[in-house]
Amino acid sequence: MSTSKIMWNVSLALLPAAMWGVYVFGFRALLIILISIASSVGFEYLLLKISKDASVQDGSAFLTGLLIGMNLPSGASFVIPVLASAFAIFVVKWTFGGLGANWMNPALAGRVFVFFSFTNLMNTYPMPRTLTSSAGDAVAGATYLSSVKMAMSDQVLTQASGSQVLSHLGTVTTGFAQQVSGLFSSIGMNLSPYTVDAFFGNISGSLGEVSAFLLLLGGIYMLVRKIITWHIPVSFLGSFILLAWAFGGLRNGNGLFSGEILLPLFSGGLMLGAIFMATDMVTSPVTYRGMILYGVLIGFFTFLIRYYGSLPESVSLAIILVNIFVPAIDRYVKPRKFGEVIRPVKEKKEERA
Amino acid sequence: MSRLPTFRKGGIHPHDYKELSCSAPVEELPCPDELIVPLSQHLGAPAKPLKAKGDPVVMGEKIGEASSFISADIHAPASGTVKEIRSITLANSVVCDAIVITVDKEAEPVSFEKQDYDSLSREEMLAIVKDMGVVGTGGATFPTNVKLMVPKGKHVQHLVINGVECEPYLTSDHRLMLERSREVIEGILIAQRITEADTVIIGVENNKPDAIDVLKQTVKEMHVDVTVMALEVKYPQGDEKQLLKATINREIPSGKLPLDVGAVVLNVGTAFAIYEAVAKRKPLIDRIVTVSGEAMNEKKNVRTPIGTTIGTLIDFAGGFSSIPEKLVSGGPMMGFAFYDHATPVIKGTSGLLALSSRKKAPQTACIRCGKCIAVCPMGLQPTKLYRYIDNRRYEEAMQTDLMDCKECGCCAYTCPAQLPLVHAMKLGKRLGRK
Repeated sequence: MSTSKIMWNVSLALLPAAMWGVYVFGFRALLIILISIASSVGFEYLLLKISKDASVQDGSAFLTGLLIGMNLPSGASFVIPVLASAFAIFVVKWTFGGLGANWMNPALAGRVFVFFSFTNLMNTYPMPRTLTSSAGDAVAGATYLSSVKMAMSDQVLTQASGSQVLSHLGTVTTGFAQQVSGLFSSIGMNLSPYTVDAFFGNISGSLGEVSAFLLLLGGIYMLVRKIITWHIPVSFLGSFILLAWAFGGLRNGNGLFSGEILLPLFSGGLMLGAIFMATDMVTSPVTYRGMILYGVLIGFFTFLIRYYGSLPESVSLAIILVNIFVPAIDRYVKPRKFGEVIRPVKEKKEERA
Repeated sequence: MSRLPTFRKGGIHPHDYKELSCSAPVEELPCPDELIVPLSQHLGAPAKPLKAKGDPVVMGEKIGEASSFISADIHAPASGTVKEIRSITLANSVVCDAIVITVDKEAEPVSFEKQDYDSLSREEMLAIVKDMGVVGTGGATFPTNVKLMVPKGKHVQHLVINGVECEPYLTSDHRLMLERSREVIEGILIAQRITEADTVIIGVENNKPDAIDVLKQTVKEMHVDVTVMALEVKYPQGDEKQLLKATINREIPSGKLPLDVGAVVLNVGTAFAIYEAVAKRKPLIDRIVTVSGEAMNEKKNVRTPIGTTIGTLIDFAGGFSSIPEKLVSGGPMMGFAFYDHATPVIKGTSGLLALSSRKKAPQTACIRCGKCIAVCPMGLQPTKLYRYIDNRRYEEAMQTDLMDCKECGCCAYTCPAQLPLVHAMKLGKRLGRK
């Protein structure tokens, strides 16, 4: 296992979700990804000419470019991936010392940079191809999260889960999702068609984040190849699920332990963030204990911003926020030393006698 | 199938390459014409020479005297004349004096007959072990008589025997257990009598199922109370700290010894040497060396007189089949790479490996993946230590438990960035001690 093998394998794991994004969002999505990769690799290559803190061979620039592309909506202006890549490569990676030296996730930082600086150039979230047939000619739509957020703030509905809000707003679903949902309700389980669509990727959103299913497959591949471990995804998703279930129902007046779990889990960039972004080795803690703390913190902030903040989508910000804590986590969280004396041996001997 | 016992923290599973030589029965190397016997083949102070240029020596005669409490005697592996005493460099870069013996092939053969030793007292047996220059043959070469001395007030509950041989390629202990199990167990029982240990456990990794069976069979035939424990294969289980965790589930704290958890650990080769010393009054003058590696023509296990040069062993194994990238004394994880064919085999030389080159990825910056921390059996943070040492902050490295590092190589083996972690640890220890 080498650095470049790790980078290329992560890119490989992202490929299924990326290809789905191109399939449902069209040729423009492919262009966004290609421009993004080309900019990242191009900027890194330029840096090689003037500094030794850059590397193209190890596949890290390619991976950053791919991740940036997958974090953008396919309706973004073509200048957006270039700007995001420039910020990620120059400011986030290079100024701190290149590979291994940055403390902030480069792809996410690039995305957040363009999101806040050039919002109007990238706020178009087209409908996926699999929904346009049901939706007629609707070209662009809001994402699930932004719909629900707007409905909540407009106080349109109270005591309703996300799925109920979407249904009330007349959001379309695929026939496949309706069939699956019907199947589950026939065996007595409540699974909304929106959740099914969100899981398989028939929703609008950033072009790489929609298919939770394909992202999960990529995650399993990385686990098997021992590129990532379970600690961060499980602690991140686990803490989010717990908080969403316990407190998620509060904002629409439903009381504790009534929050919807699956739909929020598969909406937005949560799966992409938990499996691919938060697990970025450079910006996450080095110890397993530290990784679990890291995941829990990100889950907490994701929940906080999504449910009580002003933005519909929060994973990028939550991850960057907790990246700030990682040097402190690494300084204070230590693995258990072999033979660490918790109680002095003499005491133990007396107990045994 | 229930899981076999092992240590839990860290560890790696390198390919063990045992198949290259594990089926090769031990061959006796014909005595070479010249033997270079170093005076420092053990931990502690070098022995003082008892012979001078021109003196005759008889096989088994003491030619070097232990010069301090932690030191060992040196004996002549063959009869002949002292050619000279000169300074040599060992495979581990230690520079010391060596007595060079020109072997007299016509000399009277010396035989070491089995004697009765049941009537000997503990103290007498311990004195013989010291007198016969027995040191640990696992590689660390700690003087065995010092190890077997139990200070007043301490009690040995477990005598744990290391039949693990966790280093890849090495099969000398494996063959010893297969071919000389009875002598090994007799040696173990002698050690048990000396240390007055309550129980005896032999730990053997599960990649040697034939050895486990033979040992169990021999124990049954001898009607002795010895437990043969099969362990899961994991490197570095042969390290005494990991072995004790695996066999008796006790962890030695930092800076402490096995005695502090009521145990004494001995290698099977050392047990065999104890038997030869006490039962046959034969000093430690030869040992089994695994001659192996992809670039070695024939892979064998060779009983070699101490002081034989590496060149002789390589010729005995048919020479190199290709130019080796590295010539290693010991195992590939913790052994020493060297190049001089005139370097002698010493008491701790468990293997001689001619390794061919392997594709290596280029070194990159540390990507903070944390794999080194995950595999470190001692619970250290190699990435942090490397960073300190690379930036010459040796004091801080020492404060981050650098001295607990066993230099086992698990971190360097795993690092995707191909960082020279063990090199850094060794450097940091040397400079941090100043």
